[in-house]
Amino acid sequence: MSLPRPKPEKFRLRRTMMFMNAQKPGLIKDAYIYGADSIMLDLEDAVAENQKDSARFSLYHALKTIDYGDTEVIVRINGLDTPHWKEDIRVCVAGGCDGIRIAKTESAQDVITVDQAVTEAEKEFGVEVGRTLLMAALESPKGVLNAYEICKASPRLFGVALSGGDYRKCMQVKVIPGGIEMLFARGLMLNAARAAGIQCFDTVFTNLNDDEGFRAEVKQNVEMGFDGKSLINPKQIPIVHEMLAPSQKEIAEAEKIVRAYREHASEGVGVFTLDNGKMIDIAFVPGAERVIKLAKASGIYEGDL
Amino acid sequence: MELKAAGTAGTLESSDVMVTLEPTNDGKIDLTLESSVINQYGRQIKATVLESLERLGVKSAKVIVNDHGALDCTIKARVECAFYRGCQCDMDGKFDWGGVIR
Repeated sequence: MSLPRPKPEKFRLRRTMMFMNAQKPGLIKDAYIYGADSIMLDLEDAVAENQKDSARFSLYHALKTIDYGDTEVIVRINGLDTPHWKEDIRVCVAGGCDGIRIAKTESAQDVITVDQAVTEAEKEFGVEVGRTLLMAALESPKGVLNAYEICKASPRLFGVALSGGDYRKCMQVKVIPGGIEMLFARGLMLNAARAAGIQCFDTVFTNLNDDEGFRAEVKQNVEMGFDGKSLINPKQIPIVHEMLAPSQKEIAEAEKIVRAYREHASEGVGVFTLDNGKMIDIAFVPGAERVIKLAKASGIYEGDL
Repeated sequence: MELKAAGTAGTLESSDVMVTLEPTNDGKIDLTLESSVINQYGRQIKATVLESLERLGVKSAKVIVNDHGALDCTIKARVECAFYRGCQCDMDGKFDWGGVIR
């Protein structure tokens, strides 16, 4: 039996979050080798209704036995409109997963309901209260419209994700190259997440044969400001990591900002100009630090910050 | 908690194991094992199955195990699931994670 996982970090890097069927032993036993930042073991849509019980036993033993190393382990539980979610939460907490993805989140109350059940389970199984993180998946027009309230609903909530399949169905649209059909949902959700100070993740891209389309979507995700993306196949992981990696120019600029800020801050100066004439204040620092963090995770940082 | 009927869990896919438990009343565990790795791991698979059954309090049953290279954690998961299916009672909110299930 492996050691319990360390306390999850709420705002870690989550560029890639890969779905895996919790019911398939062949998949979950080496889920960490693909190098995703997070894996999402799925008790929901990937598991047939008559295997919901079985998936929980697989999940429990996988969580307790398999050493996932630095890969974050999230579990997607069944929706609050099913008879399964309460037991799903008990097994997640007892098994010690890092976080729970709430499917079909429609309101702040959904998050609060899950939060309370998680707290109960933490007490029951002797897990530190507050350890288990949450993320909310928005899958409906109602969920999207309530995004800001949802994003603020629990201190456990590290992020919000869009689930395109169900959302498109509700909106009576299909997948359009360029994503015009998702523009409103993506924009609103990003805005809500940033306003609430949490992370934001885009939906899966399901056509595995369309590399060009996938790259175009990831490019748009980066430009819109997403932290990461839900994935369904390991081959998508390196593409996202590559496309989220900052350029050497961005890294150099970020280094300059962080260094100059530290220097000036120790002298009590809050606003200053860089050698290229750009004015810098504290507002630029978190962004620069994020670039350095991304560069490190991408294996392309050679500096000493 | 006891077996009321036959319970089966698992599949015949690679890395999985299919386990069937049938209630008997002769007080014995009658274990039949088929495995693609029986020569290397037969004894260990049997031990894992028997330990799980003991934790679950199963003392009398016919046990059929058809293994395709499952890890120990998968074997335990399938034995437990087969058992609770055979018990045929609503366990939601009551599963003993970390207790008899471990």
